[in-house]
Amino acid sequence: MSIVDQAENAAEFINDQTHEQHLDQLLWMLRTRRDEAASRVPEWEQLRDLASQIKEHTLSNLAHYLEMFESRAKANGVTVHWAQDAHEHNQIVYQLLSDRKVDELIKSKSMLTEECDTRRFLEGRGVRVSETDLGERIQQLDDQPPSHIVGPAWHKTTQDIANVFAKAYGSDKEKADPVYLAHVMRENTRPLIERARAGMTGANFAVAETGAIVTVTNEGNADLSGNVPELRICSVGLEKIIPRNEDLAVFVRLLTRSATGNSITQYTSHFRAPRQNGEMHIILVDNGRSSRLGMEKFWPSLKCIRCAACMNTCPVYRRSGGLSYGSTYMGPIGIIMMPTFDIRRYSELPFSSTLNGSCTNVCPVKINIHEQIYAWREVMEEKHQINLVKKGAMIVAGKVLSNPTLYRIAGDTMEASLKVLPRFAIYNQLNAWGQHRDIPPPAKETFHDWYRKHRSQATGREINR
Amino acid sequence: MSFRNTILENVRNNQPSARELPAIPKFHSEQSVDLKNQFTAALKELYGEVVTEPPADLKAFLKERFPSAKAICSTVPEYTGNSKPEDFTRWSDAGSIDVTIVRSPLGVAETGSVLFSEEEFRVNTIGFLAHDIVILLDPAEIVENIHDAYCHPHFQDKAYSLLMSGPSGSADIGGITVHPAQGVMTLTVIFWPRAQTETTQTV
Repeated sequence: MSIVDQAENAAEFINDQTHEQHLDQLLWMLRTRRDEAASRVPEWEQLRDLASQIKEHTLSNLAHYLEMFESRAKANGVTVHWAQDAHEHNQIVYQLLSDRKVDELIKSKSMLTEECDTRRFLEGRGVRVSETDLGERIQQLDDQPPSHIVGPAWHKTTQDIANVFAKAYGSDKEKADPVYLAHVMRENTRPLIERARAGMTGANFAVAETGAIVTVTNEGNADLSGNVPELRICSVGLEKIIPRNEDLAVFVRLLTRSATGNSITQYTSHFRAPRQNGEMHIILVDNGRSSRLGMEKFWPSLKCIRCAACMNTCPVYRRSGGLSYGSTYMGPIGIIMMPTFDIRRYSELPFSSTLNGSCTNVCPVKINIHEQIYAWREVMEEKHQINLVKKGAMIVAGKVLSNPTLYRIAGDTMEASLKVLPRFAIYNQLNAWGQHRDIPPPAKETFHDWYRKHRSQATGREINR
Repeated sequence: MSFRNTILENVRNNQPSARELPAIPKFHSEQSVDLKNQFTAALKELYGEVVTEPPADLKAFLKERFPSAKAICSTVPEYTGNSKPEDFTRWSDAGSIDVTIVRSPLGVAETGSVLFSEEEFRVNTIGFLAHDIVILLDPAEIVENIHDAYCHPHFQDKAYSLLMSGPSGSADIGGITVHPAQGVMTLTVIFWPRAQTETTQTV
């Protein structure tokens, strides 16, 4: 597959100011709410430390906890399956359905099943799959992947969604009202839920000491998918294991506050054993996780609890939208996860970052995201995965930025040029920055000039140029 | 079985060096906490409502609050309703319930959550396929925070346990929570001590 060019993909989104501003404002609101929620919990930073320590402990003893989880789940009457990759996972799901002659499946939101492309696999074999999460359903009806791991359709305006529902359900496209659209969703999805014979969920956590999987939703659709049909299938990435219920408390307190600023979601649900007269199957999925565990610099990305706080705070993500990453996981966490799936295809993603470190600062499990982004750039350089234009620009930038005299000459030349050059000469193909925005007007004086003037006035000493 | 062993072997080979599992404090507030008030405020933030005293006449209360409700499913001795969970042999049939009335064994002041399991619901779907839910909660059974909540035995021994914190909603359109979603449209908690359960009111 070809290399994902995030910058090029983002250009279309950025050109449409309505969507760019809509997403930027929405995500910044969530980031602000996250800050307020965190400030109301005095032990917030201690919880982040604990969460990081629990995850690191678990990952460093993962085989032990996986075996503990498996044995407890089996003792609870659950059937546990293991899948090395996406295809094996999908094949297990399909086999479970076809053995029971089930050709309709309701699904709760699960990024793992997105990663495995499960819906496409099943639909290609005659199984009708219905997403029950509102955002995921919108994306399914619009034939798009999720653009955000918490709000799959957050890049869409309310009018966009009214158009999607009007086309799919015949609702009134003039009524771009979230409450009306929520009613449309309920009226069209509840019948699917009530007649379903099989339901599928992901897992936010899997507790080794009890063998339970835990889901966190606002809509209750994991509870419906997991309770209404008699067949319940849960897909769980290996890294979702945590040791104890008391550890779960730490993550539940952090997760929703980090994601949306609420103290908790409406439904925090614990599935330990099959429902009455039902079956429960858990599929433990590797799909590259065990290999990532052995990557010295990159294994901490397995600590991620999928809150998306790093995405909400990232200036690149907020302005370019999640679909531009061309990947299951997007934003800062996607940048450091996706190259482990396909280093060539996602070789450009580590450059879609300002390295401002905000992602690391808000991460509830203290993943050193911006340091990993930088480390991935080094890997791309070592493995010759950087294109020649970018490499050439970096060599020039490296020389200019490492030499103060050269840097100042370049700065002065740039400023002087901007004042006299015609627009077509400034906004040319080589000016990537100027392709989607105006260059700010040149300053009257540089900081260095200002500093030299004031510093010399204060001390009487001349500053060397 | 071979996949299992291959995966576990890869995990064992690649695990980073061992790290310690930390002890988790209970994080209780040093000041005294008004658990009822904190619970009420937290639930309100998630669009749930608290009635602070048991209504003198629950039938009249329900009639006023849910005027068009006909199918009342009750699991509590305080009110018989006109159906019980066992009537819904197909769990999906619980979608015909207008109002479910159920008692929760635990409230969480920090988040406004109430705990349920198959012990309280008996048929789990009555808790979210019903149109509305009314929950009886003894205020003496409210704990301070989520750390306390996870000490409840339900999380160790029930097939299904749920911390429910307000009616089902969605913020998938524009990031602001709206109702309805797929579950109950409204959630009302009545502070109702277990001691006051001698009399049973009927429909």
